[in-house]
Amino acid sequence: MTALPLPQTILGLAPYRPIAPRRSRAPKETEMIATITVAGSITAQGFLAQAHDDGRVTIADGLRRLTGWPVSRLRSLAASAALAVLGLGASPAQVQAESLLNVSYDPTRELYREVNEAFAAFWTAQGNPAPEIEVSHGGSGSQARAVIDGLEAQVVTLALASDIDKIAEAGKLPADWQTKLPHNSSPYTSTIVFLVREGNPKGLKDWGDLVAEGVEVITPNPKTSGGARWNYLAAWAWAEKNGKDPKEFVGALYKNVPVLDQGARGSTTTFAQRGIGDVLLAWENEAYLALKEIGEDQFDIVVPSVSVLAEPPVALVESNIKSDEQRKLAEAYLNFLYSPEGQAIAFKNFYRGWDSSKAAPEDVARFPELELVDIASFGGWAKVQPEHFGDGGIFDQIYVPK
Amino acid sequence: MGRPLVNRSPMPGLGLSMGITLTMLSLVVLLPIGALLLKGANYGLVGIWETVNRERVWAALFLSFRLSLIAALFNLVFGVLLAWVLVRYRFPGRRLLDAAVDLPFALPTAVAGISLTALYAPNGAFGALAAEIGWKIAYTQWGILIALVFVGLPFVARTVQPVIEEIDREVEEASATLGASRLHTLRHVVLPMLAPAALTGFALALARAVGEYGSVIFIAGNIPLVTEIAPLLIVIQLEEFNYDAAAAIGIAMLLISFAMLLVINLIQVWSRRRIGNV
Repeated sequence: MTALPLPQTILGLAPYRPIAPRRSRAPKETEMIATITVAGSITAQGFLAQAHDDGRVTIADGLRRLTGWPVSRLRSLAASAALAVLGLGASPAQVQAESLLNVSYDPTRELYREVNEAFAAFWTAQGNPAPEIEVSHGGSGSQARAVIDGLEAQVVTLALASDIDKIAEAGKLPADWQTKLPHNSSPYTSTIVFLVREGNPKGLKDWGDLVAEGVEVITPNPKTSGGARWNYLAAWAWAEKNGKDPKEFVGALYKNVPVLDQGARGSTTTFAQRGIGDVLLAWENEAYLALKEIGEDQFDIVVPSVSVLAEPPVALVESNIKSDEQRKLAEAYLNFLYSPEGQAIAFKNFYRGWDSSKAAPEDVARFPELELVDIASFGGWAKVQPEHFGDGGIFDQIYVPK
Repeated sequence: MGRPLVNRSPMPGLGLSMGITLTMLSLVVLLPIGALLLKGANYGLVGIWETVNRERVWAALFLSFRLSLIAALFNLVFGVLLAWVLVRYRFPGRRLLDAAVDLPFALPTAVAGISLTALYAPNGAFGALAAEIGWKIAYTQWGILIALVFVGLPFVARTVQPVIEEIDREVEEASATLGASRLHTLRHVVLPMLAPAALTGFALALARAVGEYGSVIFIAGNIPLVTEIAPLLIVIQLEEFNYDAAAAIGIAMLLISFAMLLVINLIQVWSRRRIGNV
């Protein structure tokens, strides 16, 4: 993020910036501005009028003359350096590397850490200055809200198309943003799987097992978490395919949820670190990451018969692009995600990419085949969001029946 | 420099300090609250009422204020006791304990919430003990209560402490020489002197607990109607881009808090009148 353009006058006392003299005329070349101390602590500034033998100087600002000890230039330099270090000083007018802020959702920390490194290498190899890329992570919805409220993200990579739609509604990018990049602007996809305790003690094989008496299911709150909405829809899709009343089924499922965390990471912590629950409904990448980070001897991944094709989309935030150079950088960054190198990184971080030409074979082979239902078969986010997750929608009715 | 002296008061600087105070107060407190009320005014009273008058919102408000009140009452008793021990007794580690009282102020609330959850979760140090006798603490209302007690603890202790330091021991000794029992001295001599400060601390602890979000969110299960606090409902409304409803719940909380603080202040005025100014 760029530093706020703090008006210099707020600093007021900043010693490196001469306070404007009361006279309006510009100083003549012969006149030097000096800062002096009078009576020990007071400093005054004015045009140098006379230098005395003992080192004191006299300044004049038209009406009055004051004599005192000059404040050494070194000190004011040191002070301004200190201010600059604190980030308070005005930004220097030097040529700066282009910067980019990518506002992303929760479980992509590892992915974008690697993407940013690889992209920076790729970008500099093309003869560009090293870019400054920053990533912010959080719940998909709150990240979208932050961008709408003015967070200057040039690129958003969120969990749900509906969150980017909201940013588009605020006029920050065109409504047809999803057509601008291949695959519905989703460079990688994922799905929802079950993470169970080692050996699967409760014998959970498919969605139908989750509503059994005594099974505790951990999933985040669909109201605050993008991933949780995919969890919910996956359960819904299974119920529809298996001739059950989806509303009733999803209701029974959420009755088995003892803790509704705010985001996907929170749920993973609750399940893995706090030992709550028998099964975690998780992003596939998050489940593999938990295996990798916490230990394969503690959890198993169970792949249900039906799940959703989660398409986390990416987009360029048009109104936050400040220059042509920045646009070039942002576009290159997004295109890099689709390049064989970028796709290989996605595979490595347990996302299902599209192009496996440069990916390690074991990264690709790990993904099992399963029936995936995409959002279009639910009628698209524009329909799903208000109907299921809106105020008083189907999810709310689970807890407060209409 | 040549400016006429306008200070009629012997204390200088009233105009300047008043100006600074009002500006800062407006920027930091009045403007945000004004913006909240303005948002609510645009929404209209009917809209606010319709948002608030739902089972889930009432449940969350009731939960938030009920647990905050219990936590503040607990802190009132425990905080006075703590302050008394810290001031009146000399024991090894007293200064350390004294410093530790401020920790809930200094610790980021999320850190507090996560630590408390780790301790009280069924596989945590205390949670495991509780689980053995069939209790569940984290992810229940008990968990929320513990978090609220934690964040509110310093308020009562720190407001009462200086008052206890001011109390002369002679007063208690006089009471004893006049034949009062220890309990009588405590009830009729010491506590009345502490009451105003303790009430102030109580009000602060209550206000803090009502608005607490960061620590509670980790230890509460966040299940609607059961462990969903009102500030979380506000966040949920924001996630839905429903700013009006969020403002409506915020205003409801503001009004209830205001009413509670008013009652506390009235009690304070009444107690001052009854026992005289301390």
